[in-house]
Amino acid sequence: MNIAIRNGRVIDPKNSFDRVTDIYIQSGKIASLGAIPPGFQARREINAQELIVCPGLVDLSARLREPGLEYKATLESEMGAAVAGGVTSLACPPDTDPVLDEPGLVEMLKYRARGRNQTRVYPIGALTRGLRGEWLTEMAELHSAGCVAFGQSDKPLPNNRVLMQAMQYASTFGFCLWLRPQDVNLADGGVAHDGEVATRLGLAAIPVCAETVALSHIILMAKETGARVHLCRISSAEGVAMTRAARKQGLPITCDVAANHVHLSEMDIGFFDSNCHLVPPLRSLGDRDALRTGLLDGTIDAICSDHAPVDEDAKLLPFAEAEAGATGLELLLPLTLKWAAETKLPLVAALSKITGEPARILGVEGGHLTPGSDADLCIFDPDHYWTIEASTLKSQGKNTPFLGWELQGKVKYTLINGNVVYVD
Amino acid sequence: MSNNPQLNKSGQLQHLLTTEGLPASILLNILDTAEPFVGVTERDVKKVPLLRGKSIFNLFFEPSTRTRTTFEIAAKRLSADVINLNIAASSQSKGETLLDTVNNLSAMHADMFVVRHAQSGAAHLIAQHVRSDIHVINAGDGRHAHPTQALLDMFTIRRCKRDFHNLRVAIVGDILHSRVARSQIHALTTLGVPEVRVIAPKTLLPAKVERLGVHVYYDMAKGLKDVDVLMMLRLQNERMLSARLPSTEEYFKYYGLTPEKLGLAKPDAIVLHPGPMNRGVEIDSVVADGKQSVILPQVTFGIAVRMAVMSILAGS
Repeated sequence: MNIAIRNGRVIDPKNSFDRVTDIYIQSGKIASLGAIPPGFQARREINAQELIVCPGLVDLSARLREPGLEYKATLESEMGAAVAGGVTSLACPPDTDPVLDEPGLVEMLKYRARGRNQTRVYPIGALTRGLRGEWLTEMAELHSAGCVAFGQSDKPLPNNRVLMQAMQYASTFGFCLWLRPQDVNLADGGVAHDGEVATRLGLAAIPVCAETVALSHIILMAKETGARVHLCRISSAEGVAMTRAARKQGLPITCDVAANHVHLSEMDIGFFDSNCHLVPPLRSLGDRDALRTGLLDGTIDAICSDHAPVDEDAKLLPFAEAEAGATGLELLLPLTLKWAAETKLPLVAALSKITGEPARILGVEGGHLTPGSDADLCIFDPDHYWTIEASTLKSQGKNTPFLGWELQGKVKYTLINGNVVYVD
Repeated sequence: MSNNPQLNKSGQLQHLLTTEGLPASILLNILDTAEPFVGVTERDVKKVPLLRGKSIFNLFFEPSTRTRTTFEIAAKRLSADVINLNIAASSQSKGETLLDTVNNLSAMHADMFVVRHAQSGAAHLIAQHVRSDIHVINAGDGRHAHPTQALLDMFTIRRCKRDFHNLRVAIVGDILHSRVARSQIHALTTLGVPEVRVIAPKTLLPAKVERLGVHVYYDMAKGLKDVDVLMMLRLQNERMLSARLPSTEEYFKYYGLTPEKLGLAKPDAIVLHPGPMNRGVEIDSVVADGKQSVILPQVTFGIAVRMAVMSILAGS
């Protein structure tokens, strides 16, 4: 269908484009920006006056809970949440049940996701069988089945020899390893940052060195093997500093942070708010500020939602027993805009962290509005304030630390392949 | 941070979950209310009719004899009906969730829950979800809080020392895992004690403990110098299984309270212990049974303080 999007403020970070203009969509592709293509006849017009038109968001971590964990969420509910959040591409971690360690499972997931003609799903394959940290998976086969990278999700990889060999093997094929740095022994039993809040509330703590010790192993082995590594969900100031230094050495390392951690700190736990039980833990205000600095100077490439819908009962438990995680797909855009507003960052720079940059890390098309590319777009109202409530979220998971917050920026239209898949 | 979950809209005590964040006036009111109850416990007829007809449920998700017994005695002396539930051995093992258990008991028209649980925050969770006419007393949640223990300690200190404003208090031992220590620290600082010290090896101190308003010492010789009150903590045996301490012998040598170490404190210093004691681990028998020890009066006062808390919550 031919669609004309009129008078929107078009922001395409990858092409450093920020101007009020029209976009023309033809045969699922972006035909042109500004000038109407010869012979173009719009079947549908979208008035984007006062709205911002940007590439569809690319989310580096969203758990869809299929296969196996449908009581928490289903592909259908979470794909609905994705388009409502303007997310047109997402990477899903392998910690499903069974885990994504066999090509057949990956193909099935891709097929089920594609069957809904919705957000593009890019599975992260399990690095080790069953995520048990012992045997490597058939990475090349999994790649052929559709995996774009390999990781352990939040499961530990305690054996450094296995990690080293995984890096060697992955780099043989040029695959990227997605690793969340956390030493299993140092973090054992912990549920909160080793700081004054855990001390006050008597919660078992995870020290910063749980992150930095693991990070030092990863960096040293990446240096020796030449493997490409993407660091997931960095959480500490010291972790940011180490990543910055490693990148300065020219190591092929990229890095993301969860939107929750850009805004929150241990203080938000208050009186045991289990919605703030997150992985990695919310750390100190100083750590949060260092994460923001890391985003600004490019040490951290991307912001992800770290979407993890949890059923309500699993949160109605004492803090340590409550399941970790927060729903996030629908909050990625407003939380990024909030960060931009608080740091007075131009929108084009802020939006790059959820469009062009994560697409580059994934190594997939998308995340930009270059004529000829797939028409994946997010059209949002930057001035629309809305309150985060269970009833305003499409995700089956209603658990988020931001419940009750008023956030700015609401998605009005989402387009994938030139099809309007969501209208607010 | 949300509003203090322990106070109702008019600022009165609705639940007792922690000594943190309560104004000194509320803590002092509990101590003042406890004073006449000490007399009740010393009478021949040890009963007052303040809570006649009220149902108090002791919900112990974690085994305890001493604390449960003192709560039971306190409730009975107030003429309340007491129902003891040892839940560790019943519904939790059948898979019922904490809140389901509480909702079921609420339906039996409970007026008050006295809750002990191995998880920090369990009492807060229950308080958030019970009907607004039910009161919750935290009888110990994980490492977080044990407010009635701290209050009976404050009562004991006030009886012996009269004024909080000129005291130097040292808390000795496993601060990291101790709900008692956390509640003591908040109570002492709220009541105006100018100098609260904690003394322990670094493996038994939580991160940034100084933010709670205490001075940190690693050495008993320095930490005990000129203190008025020594609050010893129980060292749980399982700490020995981890890498936190090498042996009970070494712990006793450096952190156990011996007559020699007690000699560093003021001559009229008092020694408290929440019990049960590990003699020869954190405290020498000579000290535990000595004339500076107020460990047995603590137990007696504990009943009066728990009567005070229950009557303030449910009697209004």
